[in-house]
Amino acid sequence: MSPDHTCPDDSAGPFPLPPRTFTDRAGRDIEIRVYDGSEDEYEALVEMYRGFDSKDRAQGIPPGREERIRKWLDNILSSECLNVIAWDGLAVAGHATLVPDDESYELAIFVLQVYQQAGIGTHLIEALLGHGITSDITQVWLTVERWNNAAVGLYEKVGFEVSDSESFELQMGINLDNAETY
Amino acid sequence: MKILLGVDGTDTSLHALEQTVKRAKEAGDDVTVGIVTRDSDRSVAGTRSDVDEIIESSEIDVTVQHLDGDPGSQLVELAESEDFDKLVIGGGKRSPMGKIQIGSLAEFILLNSRITVSLIR
Repeated sequence: MSPDHTCPDDSAGPFPLPPRTFTDRAGRDIEIRVYDGSEDEYEALVEMYRGFDSKDRAQGIPPGREERIRKWLDNILSSECLNVIAWDGLAVAGHATLVPDDESYELAIFVLQVYQQAGIGTHLIEALLGHGITSDITQVWLTVERWNNAAVGLYEKVGFEVSDSESFELQMGINLDNAETY
Repeated sequence: MKILLGVDGTDTSLHALEQTVKRAKEAGDDVTVGIVTRDSDRSVAGTRSDVDEIIESSEIDVTVQHLDGDPGSQLVELAESEDFDKLVIGGGKRSPMGKIQIGSLAEFILLNSRITVSLIR
């Protein structure tokens, strides 16, 4: 990881605030809500990650075994992190998270295989950034494997720009200073 | 086995040294540490004393060399010119999120070394 998580200067947005509901491209009614910290939601997330296809793992996450999934979730669901979940009824379709790193936040997003390519990722990440803005977060960064065109395209669409392209992974950033929410 | 370990003074490189001497003690490896410098804020002397401390407590004989110049190419060149069996480096930090990230030194060595590379996470 580069110690310098340089983010672009231009502000992005505006971004929607969760909760949001929409119909995805496969006709499913999806609701995006902020994680409420309850055991039910925690267990539903564990269920989603248990069903996660190993080919969609990136840079070692999500972990493969349930025990390690729980340990990892304990870290990213702690109170200083921001989490939004995409629900299809009582089942989790996707999850996006912001984890603090000094002055900035690292972002990651996961969409279960059967819910991919239905527009859920875009809604999730936009709602997470909206939620981040209301929590006064200004700098967000992420890393992505450079061959993952679908993910890079999604991040660029919502306003991320490449800040470091000199290592295995691309590093991208977004500046939420002055970004509006709706 | 004749092993060259690259140490740049970072925590991951010192962790790799600890693992390497531990293994060497059991397997009887012949270990050489190549100290490289990457950023000006980390002194060679500081790295050297960290390295010496780990080697002393390991109770095995380890050769230590300072390598000037570009860290990656110096390590690869030494490993190949002196017939090492394996080049070992630390790398693979985790981000706050838990993503594994390969540093630029590890990346250079993985791509450019013609001898076997072990990446210690």
